[in-house]
Amino acid sequence: MSDVMTRRSAFEGLHPIEVVGAVTVAPVPYGTRFSFRGDSKAASACSKGFGVMLPNTLLKAESDDGRTAISLGPDEWLLIAADGEVEALEAAIGKALNKQHHSLVDISHRNTAFTVSGPKAETLLASGCLLDLHLSAFPVGMATRTIYSKADIVLWRTAPDTFHVELWRSFVPFVWGLLEEASGEM
Amino acid sequence: MLLIPCPHCGNRPELEFRYAGEAHIARPADPSSTSDQDWAEYLYFRSNPKGLHIERWRHVSGCARFFNCVRDTVSDKILKTYPAGQPKPDLEALVKEAGQ
Repeated sequence: MSDVMTRRSAFEGLHPIEVVGAVTVAPVPYGTRFSFRGDSKAASACSKGFGVMLPNTLLKAESDDGRTAISLGPDEWLLIAADGEVEALEAAIGKALNKQHHSLVDISHRNTAFTVSGPKAETLLASGCLLDLHLSAFPVGMATRTIYSKADIVLWRTAPDTFHVELWRSFVPFVWGLLEEASGEM
Repeated sequence: MLLIPCPHCGNRPELEFRYAGEAHIARPADPSSTSDQDWAEYLYFRSNPKGLHIERWRHVSGCARFFNCVRDTVSDKILKTYPAGQPKPDLEALVKEAGQ
């Protein structure tokens, strides 16, 4: 038995999804992710440790220097940073909070993400996502938890034609398969 | 698709929500001194009205918060939703407002 644990991508062995001139679905490299829960006072303290302001309005994403904070609920945020920053961020955020009541959970290995980009990105996501994804209803910088078919996802619009989709790694084959199927109709 | 107005997220598709039973049912403060009848009432008996019903919902695939909702069980029309912890709304005023 090997005593070395190797990390395997949830996207291993999946077919690439690309419809030239319409839409591309591409895995996002590994990252550090936290689920942060706390009241608004804890959130503003957390912002100092994390380096990005945790948005205090719902359904918003704030990004700075490769780090992102997404407000999922009135007292819940998803924090995304580069790979390998778990310990450093835990220490920095813990220090900034100074024993204020909160919860900070490392979900780096539970979550994974891909991007959907191209002029038909909205159309492809609409194959399983029930929200109105038109730019006027879902502007750049908006982010929310929602569902794609039956899988919970966090959908974040990073550019007019680009979405970041954050999901549990075990849902990847299911979601990827449906996207592949839908991309055949683009 | 039926849209449910989440008090935190706004109008969202019904598939993002889970129903969680009748709202404003308080657990007896001291269970050991509560009579069997009162405990049974608390555990099992619900109003099940034909008409306006105040119920709990959870926006599980959204903000994940529980909230309360006033729904007409006949027409399925939702008259009001409000965050958990707020007092019961005045149903008569709601009906007037909705013009029923």
